[in-house]
Amino acid sequence: MAALEVEGLARHYGEREALRDVSLSLAEGQTLVVFGPNGAGKTTLLRVLATLLRPHAGRVSVLGSSLPDEAWAVRGRVGLLGHEPLLYRELTAQENLRFHARLHRVGEERVAQLLDAVAMGGRAREPLRTLSRGMVQRVAVARAVLHEPELLLLDEPHSNLDPAAVELVAPLIGRSSRRTRVICSHDPAGMLAEADLVLGLRAGRPALVAAAAEVDPEEIAELYR
Amino acid sequence: MYGKSLRALSISTVVAMALALSLVFFYAPLEAEQGFLQKIFYVHVPLSIVALCGFVIGALLAIQHLRTRDPRWDMRSYVAIHMSLIFAVGALITGSIWAKGSWGHWWVWNEPTLVSFLIVFLLYATYQPLRFAIEDPERQARYASVFAITAGAFVPLNFIAVRLSTAYVHPRVLGSTSNLPAPMALTFVVSLLAMALLYATLCKYELTAKHTRAQVRALRRRLLGDAEEARGGRARSAAPSLPPSATIGPRTSPRTAL
Amino acid sequence: MRSTVAALLRKELLVELRTLESVPGMSLFAVTTFVVFHFALNRSTVEGDLGAGILWVTLLFAAILGINRLFVADAEEGGFDGFLLAPVERTAMLVAKALTLLAYLVVLELVAIPAFALLLLGPPLGHALPGLIGVLALGDLGVAVIGTLVAALAVRTRARDLLGPLLGLPLFVPIVIGGARATSPLLTGAHNAAPAARWLLTLGLYDLVFGLIAYALFDFLLED
Repeated sequence: MAALEVEGLARHYGEREALRDVSLSLAEGQTLVVFGPNGAGKTTLLRVLATLLRPHAGRVSVLGSSLPDEAWAVRGRVGLLGHEPLLYRELTAQENLRFHARLHRVGEERVAQLLDAVAMGGRAREPLRTLSRGMVQRVAVARAVLHEPELLLLDEPHSNLDPAAVELVAPLIGRSSRRTRVICSHDPAGMLAEADLVLGLRAGRPALVAAAAEVDPEEIAELYR
Repeated sequence: MYGKSLRALSISTVVAMALALSLVFFYAPLEAEQGFLQKIFYVHVPLSIVALCGFVIGALLAIQHLRTRDPRWDMRSYVAIHMSLIFAVGALITGSIWAKGSWGHWWVWNEPTLVSFLIVFLLYATYQPLRFAIEDPERQARYASVFAITAGAFVPLNFIAVRLSTAYVHPRVLGSTSNLPAPMALTFVVSLLAMALLYATLCKYELTAKHTRAQVRALRRRLLGDAEEARGGRARSAAPSLPPSATIGPRTSPRTAL
Repeated sequence: MRSTVAALLRKELLVELRTLESVPGMSLFAVTTFVVFHFALNRSTVEGDLGAGILWVTLLFAAILGINRLFVADAEEGGFDGFLLAPVERTAMLVAKALTLLAYLVVLELVAIPAFALLLLGPPLGHALPGLIGVLALGDLGVAVIGTLVAALAVRTRARDLLGPLLGLPLFVPIVIGGARATSPLLTGAHNAAPAARWLLTLGLYDLVFGLIAYALFDFLLED
């Protein structure tokens, strides 16, 4: 069963088309990397897959459930790491993660486990506004994987992370047979290696859909011109 | 072509208004107490009734929008409320004139209908600022629909509450519409009909204009493509927009009613 | 649903205790407003209709301060997204936020009523207190529900601090009508003062209707 089946997905923003005619199929455990200039629709696509936005046309099936009608079945099995950390600045890392744990019906031991995994154990009891952006991003990663999602949606996951931190979060958001990933990226050099499938978006339309092995980095650079 | 019924509607509105006006001035008897001034009743009360019904219709259309997510319902809801607001202003002004003529004051607090209207007007006056303050068109439509439904439910409740709070020390200034002698009742009904037709026609005009403009924009976008996008597209607006699929395309039949 | 509401409530109260940005402001505003009223009316004591009016207007405007801040933290930081991604009933947020606002109002009144009795109210409040509490409870429920709905409508718009009150005040008018009319006989110092049943009924009915409406419509406001 495909983890993701998208056919003719369209979404408009008023009279403008944000996404049009996007079609792809992604198997379980595989990674899709989405490239494209700003405003191309990468974030919109991610949010549609996360059930935060409704598709306006086309068929979308995530983890076997079709959107938007069966969106409720998908929530809780998807993890999103976007531009915003989705954390409350006045609360501590521990309080934030515990809050999300309660919402997702996850036990508190998992919170402690993840805080250690992102090396935030020592500063888990300080309000987030006192932490650096890199640390906040690490806590955000923890939030995204707290409920062990089958589908991970990552919007430029390595932003604000230094190389040591990137290594730290790799086991959490890296390639694994248990999770399917969709990654939006501006870094063709780095991310191409991670991809099984590549989607290039330009002005909401798919300019390029191909298996990673068949993609020439030059084609990706072409998107940005 | 959208708007085929416009001509029929306009003609019947003109006929109805002409009939109503002639009845008001030549047929309806002069009322004993208030004399000629009382004839404003034939304008004020129909304006009020049509405005109130318009607000409720706006709420019903908004419910349809939330159920189907079709932006055309939002367009209809917007026009209904927008037009009702104008009629409500008319009702307030005519009510005020009537109050000045009968009581000597431009505003009276012990006429519950007038007071309720003021509150309803103040509420619906925030409808367009609310829409204008939301940039994402889909969210704008959705929030506006939630507002329209809330406000629509508020209208009757508000009337009840204000009615309860108004002390019946003085007899009601503007009189009631029951117990009217036959000639007055006939004139009233015709006036009401004329006002309702006027409302429907004006709404239809506005819907047609918006639809046409949206079609033009969609055609331009199709022809000019990226050049149009680069010009910045459409400015921020409180009015609802129609998505590309709703205006032109092979699927859209010319007779699709708006 | 209950556990979700509990989790949300916990988060709300934690944030409020940490930042103290709503309740102290609301309470201080109420007390200051009473002082302003003294100077504006040039009176040392008020009672009956006038007293009821001043009390309700002040409470309402203080409530608006709280309403303006109700969803700000979610809109700016935590983001509704975090909540929307969770496998929970979305109406739980309406319930949690309304309960939070209700809690704020109760604390506000714990400060404002004694302040009112001290600074402006002429007749003693003693015997009328149970009646007053009943009226306030019904009024608070309505303000909490409508306030939450209006706050959710206004928070992700450009003029949020302005639109909230503009949308809310007309919707609050029936609550003011019912509340002030019911409170007025309680502020006359009469020993057997009791609020008239019709006003309590009006308040209760209004609360119920808007509670149902808010419950039905709230989910639509949370989507992106």
